[in-house]
Amino acid sequence: MIYKDIVIIGAGPAGLAAALSAYENGATDILILERENYLGGILNQCIHNGFGLHTFKEELTGPEYALRYIQKIEELKIEYRLNTMVIDISNTKKIIAINETDGVIIIQAKAVILAMGCRERPRGALNIPGFRPSGIYSAGTAQKYVNIDGYLPGRNIVILGSGDIGLIMARRLTLEGSHVKMVCEIMPYSGGLKRNIVQCLDDYEIPLKLSHTVTKIHGKERIEGVTIAKVDAAMKTISGTEEYVSCDTLLLSVGLIPENELSRKAGVKINPTTQGPFVSNSLETTIPGIFACGNVLHVHDLVDFVSEEAVLAAKYAIKHIKGIQKNEKSIPVYARDGIRYTVPSSIEVCEVMKMQLIRFRVSNVYENQYISVYFDFERVYHKLKRILTPGEMEQVILPKNWFDKYPAVSSINIAVEGE
Amino acid sequence: MEKRQVTCINCPLGCTLDVEIHSDDSISVTGFQCARGEDYAKKEVLNPTRTITSTVPVLNGDVPMVSVKTSGDIPKKSIKSCMLALKDVVVEAPIYIGDIIVEHICGTDINIVATKEVKKK
Repeated sequence: MIYKDIVIIGAGPAGLAAALSAYENGATDILILERENYLGGILNQCIHNGFGLHTFKEELTGPEYALRYIQKIEELKIEYRLNTMVIDISNTKKIIAINETDGVIIIQAKAVILAMGCRERPRGALNIPGFRPSGIYSAGTAQKYVNIDGYLPGRNIVILGSGDIGLIMARRLTLEGSHVKMVCEIMPYSGGLKRNIVQCLDDYEIPLKLSHTVTKIHGKERIEGVTIAKVDAAMKTISGTEEYVSCDTLLLSVGLIPENELSRKAGVKINPTTQGPFVSNSLETTIPGIFACGNVLHVHDLVDFVSEEAVLAAKYAIKHIKGIQKNEKSIPVYARDGIRYTVPSSIEVCEVMKMQLIRFRVSNVYENQYISVYFDFERVYHKLKRILTPGEMEQVILPKNWFDKYPAVSSINIAVEGE
Repeated sequence: MEKRQVTCINCPLGCTLDVEIHSDDSISVTGFQCARGEDYAKKEVLNPTRTITSTVPVLNGDVPMVSVKTSGDIPKKSIKSCMLALKDVVVEAPIYIGDIIVEHICGTDINIVATKEVKKK
């Protein structure tokens, strides 16, 4: 058995930032476990730019952003093991991992930071009728084939789902000479960032078909085409709007799911909305000493916010190791009208630093509505937002002294509302 | 007079901006809700530029491809010729971040540089 102060599961942007933050805040007995044979996670295949504007105040590509962290991890000689798959975590923070050289490794950690990221929703989750021909990929898989392995997945492409990875791949495949025929989005709005709609689709005159979905996949060995159709407000297909589109490749960009099999094994309670753990404002899950950050907690739009969250998780993990007792009650944070979820889902006042950040997503597109925060029934925050969309993560910052002002507060409620 | 529509990318509002290019080359923009929109529309019409990222194959590397980018923005109309110029480029490991892969791409003062490290196999 190996004993470690902090074990970090995953060496993507969250894991690397957590490790670095842990070291910079005084921990030295750190171990990162990574199942791939390289550090940096998904950033390695995200070769487009736009990363790091918040963290480094410059625009970097994914691999460049990752290398900033990797270089520091190497310099500080923070221990990591690659090709190492964690297969179990117990509620006592005992970790079982396996790799080819060490065999089975058992590690007892004082604190665990979950940083496993997320994975793509697969075709199986969509129930599209048809055979199972080759040529159907999730957008991220296609991204790996093109950017890491140097293979082109196809020539004539239809993309279902207008998430950012799908949009990025529409541009990438166009630049590599493929014909991206269209992007179909079942919702009446895109879940992708505006910048990606303009720079990945409009720039290359790729049509974005809103309120459209794929209703059938044609072809037995290799995909030959898809039937697309318009959907109504209830997302039911409108009969008579079907259209056949020939293609040799279908990419799916239909959502990301936090990867929490390990968290569940440990007994961590999962929020059904985010599919990530419920955490307090110390980013601690329902099991003391197990923390979560990054896309395993909730899917982010920007890597910069993943890194920021990971820094915090590591600080609180160190506090846990030092055994600072907390005996204060925890105030639940509720997502009310128009809010899908909040992170954190509870606040311990003793853990509030100078201010308390709450991140959330709204459940629909809203124009000229207010974000309001209520401490019980008293409105303490009310801010006009010109636009709110589910595709863009929102935040409110509550100063610490508000908690001093309302010592008896028993619930914090966030809502979208009119005047 | 030429009329164009551009979508502002500065915030999620995504204002649709109507741009009129008058015969004396002056430009008027309508539809914006803040000053950033007006500036954006003017730049998009007069001198649209983009950073381009791609990959090129590496010989004798520990991975088969290296990611690259333009060292700065290139004119939007040069995107295609930039990709064509990269079509047959092959490099040899080792490659370090910032290594120049192609100098003065498409006759601009912009280089194609590596954005990833590739070690020798």
